[in-house]
Amino acid sequence: MKLAAQGLAFGYRERRVGSDITLELQSGEVLCLLGPNGSGKTTLFKTLLGLLPAQAGAVLIEGRDARTLARDEIARQISYVPQAHAAFFPYTVRETVLMGRTAHLGLFSSPSARDHAATATAMERMGITHLADAVHTQISGGERQLTLIARALAQEARLVIMDEPTANLDFGNQLRVLERIRALAGEGIGVLLSTHDPDHAFLCADRVAMLHAGRLMASGKTTEVMTAERLQEIYGVTVAITAVPLRNGATRNVCLPLGW
Amino acid sequence: MNTRQSWLLLAAAVALFGIIAVAFSVGRYPIAVSDLLRVLWSWLGGAPHGLDPTIETVVLQIRGPRVIAALLVGAALAAAGAAYQNLFRNPLVSPDILGVSSGAAVGAVLGIFLSLGIVAVQSMAFAGGLAAAGMVYLVARTVRGHDPLLVLVLAGVVLGSLLGACVALMKYLADPYNQLPAITFWLLGSLASVDPRDLRVAGPLLLAGLLPLWLLRWRINVLSLDDEEARALGVETRSIRLVVIIGATLMTSAAVAISGVIGWIGLVIPHFARLLTGPDFSRLLPVSVLLGAGFLVAVDTLARSIGNIEVPLGVLTAFIGTPLFLWQLAGARRGWQ
Repeated sequence: MKLAAQGLAFGYRERRVGSDITLELQSGEVLCLLGPNGSGKTTLFKTLLGLLPAQAGAVLIEGRDARTLARDEIARQISYVPQAHAAFFPYTVRETVLMGRTAHLGLFSSPSARDHAATATAMERMGITHLADAVHTQISGGERQLTLIARALAQEARLVIMDEPTANLDFGNQLRVLERIRALAGEGIGVLLSTHDPDHAFLCADRVAMLHAGRLMASGKTTEVMTAERLQEIYGVTVAITAVPLRNGATRNVCLPLGW
Repeated sequence: MNTRQSWLLLAAAVALFGIIAVAFSVGRYPIAVSDLLRVLWSWLGGAPHGLDPTIETVVLQIRGPRVIAALLVGAALAAAGAAYQNLFRNPLVSPDILGVSSGAAVGAVLGIFLSLGIVAVQSMAFAGGLAAAGMVYLVARTVRGHDPLLVLVLAGVVLGSLLGACVALMKYLADPYNQLPAITFWLLGSLASVDPRDLRVAGPLLLAGLLPLWLLRWRINVLSLDDEEARALGVETRSIRLVVIIGATLMTSAAVAISGVIGWIGLVIPHFARLLTGPDFSRLLPVSVLLGAGFLVAVDTLARSIGNIEVPLGVLTAFIGTPLFLWQLAGARRGWQ
């Protein structure tokens, strides 16, 4: 399963947000998109999902142009965890996760026992089974994030696009979500996520793409792309990247802000 | 559906039958429930009832059509309101948000103004309702670059007030002795002049509008999410939205055509149903239909029995609906927050 952008230009109507984007996401890998506020991460995601039309170039899902695919076909291949989730009605967590099954249902169908089973599995994988009957609008931000990821899992797509899945989470929940993302990749799911924290890329990403002023500044293996110079350039702050020894003998890079 | 909700549905159905029995019995010519059952039994092909033929006339010709009309209109307005509330992601939306009632009013008032017959007036009301909603939809389609739902609501409000001005103009020009009372009477809503023939036309139209809402019930749930989220989940929001609008508009127009403008039901009843069932549309729709049907039969029975003259339905639903709504607003918010 592969999602590819080829020479993609994206934006809203007359306004172009970014262009010349060429990147690929394979199932089983975690690709992290880094970029400052306003660099166009969310707009790029929406274009990759076919929610916004590409202004130039193409989005290919398993080799097929996304423009030729129906919404439910796309949804069976790629699921989406939006950053801002506006809940208008008090659906329960179970009902919310169940909505992830929509792409697998016929137009006039309601969820069957199989869909309920997939929902239960997805909630279990995210550790929110105990919240099943809680009202989605009344749980904490972290629990809501886990609910949305569970909904994406229930969708049973091979690729997941997550827009800042760790925003609004406390320190512990951030790490738990990143750990889950890593585990998903281990299960063969491809994850494309955006984050504001370089350390999150070090923690979970196989590859990193850096978006700066609407263009891909760099993309490749995490340790190669994530240099102090590049981070300095896109964020405008001085940083140092240091390798820290881990308990198992390996090392991991961390990003230290030094000044601004 | 859990046990509590099954009980609720059962209770609502039993209450509905109780209300229907009362509606048949109460009135200037009281009818005992046993007589009612005997008449209905013989009508269904059972043994002759052997009662005064007046009783049969009252049950089958006068109250029967009226009770059925109240059931249909109440159910239709409540179902359309529930669908629109999900569609517009707002529990304060009522079926006339797209100008259906104002459009129907213009059609009906124009028919009365031109001294047309009752069938023509009803047809014009029906066509006016459809035309108004269609126009709102087309206007909203041509405006691009905004939230499509917001544009729909705004177009509905703007067009609704224009149609309101048309009604006001015709009232101003109408003959104050003949036409004006008829216009006022129509605008306040009434089931007093419902004919069995009306039901044969309106009934199928209402069911035709209800059917897509029921079939698409799961998609309508997902439609209540943010537009992009719903699309990412695999829903073709634009076409589903159009089908829901057509279904709800068809029901509302057909209902308004036979009953005149009856406000509040489409807003208060789905709201109330939401408190009982939660937001899931596959439970909300049937409960809204039951409650809406029961509510209008009860209100209509009240309208024709509390005084020497009939109280207009639109007035009575507002008098009952407003305190109900405020009570809900102040107390239980569970249905939508």
